[in-house]
Amino acid sequence: MNETEIRTRVTAIIKSIAPEVEEGELRADRPLRDQIDLDSMDWLNVLVAVNEKLHVDIPEADYGKLVSLDNLVAYLHGKLASRA
Amino acid sequence: MIEFKLPSLGADMDQGKLLEWKVKPGDIVKRGQVVAVVDTSKAAVDVEIWQDGTLFEQLVPIGETVPVGTVLATLLQPGETPEQAALQKRQAPAARPAPAAPATAAAAPSRVSVPAAAPPSQRRPVSPAARKHASELNVDIDKVVGTGPHGAVTIEDVEKAAARAVPAPADRYAEMRKAIAAAMSRSKREIPHYYLSETIPMQRTAEWLARENGKRPVTERILMGALQLKAVALALAKAPELNGFWLDGKFQAATGVHIGVAISIRQGGLIAPAIHDVDKKNLPELMRTLSDLVSRARAGSLRSSEMSDPTITVTNLGEQGVEAVFGVIYPPQVALVGFGRLEMRPWVESGELRAVPLVTASLSGDHRASDGIRGARFLAELRERLQHPEEL
Repeated sequence: MNETEIRTRVTAIIKSIAPEVEEGELRADRPLRDQIDLDSMDWLNVLVAVNEKLHVDIPEADYGKLVSLDNLVAYLHGKLASRA
Repeated sequence: MIEFKLPSLGADMDQGKLLEWKVKPGDIVKRGQVVAVVDTSKAAVDVEIWQDGTLFEQLVPIGETVPVGTVLATLLQPGETPEQAALQKRQAPAARPAPAAPATAAAAPSRVSVPAAAPPSQRRPVSPAARKHASELNVDIDKVVGTGPHGAVTIEDVEKAAARAVPAPADRYAEMRKAIAAAMSRSKREIPHYYLSETIPMQRTAEWLARENGKRPVTERILMGALQLKAVALALAKAPELNGFWLDGKFQAATGVHIGVAISIRQGGLIAPAIHDVDKKNLPELMRTLSDLVSRARAGSLRSSEMSDPTITVTNLGEQGVEAVFGVIYPPQVALVGFGRLEMRPWVESGELRAVPLVTASLSGDHRASDGIRGARFLAELRERLQHPEEL
């Protein structure tokens, strides 16, 4: 799966959790949780959905690396690439 | 004969609009079963029944708005025959309060088409009368589920679809705002609040939770909020005056610990449904219940028992970045516990200054039901409980 596909999937997941998000308004290089009202339950639900759709289990210790959408996409791309 | 009445679904609800019957006359119902869906100003609520029996008669039609306490249906007790029930009814007709004047939202709800269970078929029969009625009620006939012969859409189906239409989000928000305003005004008018706060070191709990979650797949991870709820539930054993209701001029202790969890709704507003028996649930169980409750609250699908019986409320505003919360008690409850944000702050322990994760817990107490000293004991116990996460 390439980065574009991952980005599409992850954006869809975020939209399913926070339906009010306008895709055009989301800056991929800025902290996600500053732009979208995601509490810890929402964030956990994003990660559960990522696990379900992309089969990547993100350990809690890595949460700190996943600040922006770009971070999350790059992280998942790395995980999926190392698996292939 | 058993009377099934519209229960109160919280202090801010005095009427509800019947959206749907989940059972029909002749159906056997079990204690705890969802039998109807009622729209309150805050959500469409699945109303449960608390007695076993057989549904005898539905007394309130779909779409009608009735006050709390109205008999919605009658049931036959196990062993009772319809004839006996009919006789009893003649002897003592069930008093039914006059239907409430329709609330503003009920009078002019914006009609929303109801998703059909089956894809609409162009060829199924629709009587001209049903079509005309649908147009009058502003219902999309193609989306109405037909229950007549060959899936025909009847006038009744159209009326049901119209009744099921719920207020659009903007109306829902306005209604919820009104309900919150009423409950909070009553609280500040009637309840003499006192406020206490306590800073709690969370290093042990945070480290324990990180270790626990390190062992768990993402689907089974536990949030700090669940630990806080459990700690509150256990600490209440030391302060039973905080868990219950102020009713008829006196405190009534609750028999269980049912914590109302303040959940913000994305479109705005707030709802605080209960998690039952929090003190008896283990953490994974509590986390699953919390996660389910949050998603159902946001989807507007709660059960009557969750709305009607929280015995205390917990609110966590830490994620919004505040240090502490001094909340307004939700009547007829007598206490509200608040948690602020968990963050590294300076802390002195054994004469040494260190950076430690801290959280400020606060208590809003009803001074009619408890005194500050009891509240202080509660917060001290809460702090103690949060030093022993493995026992939560």
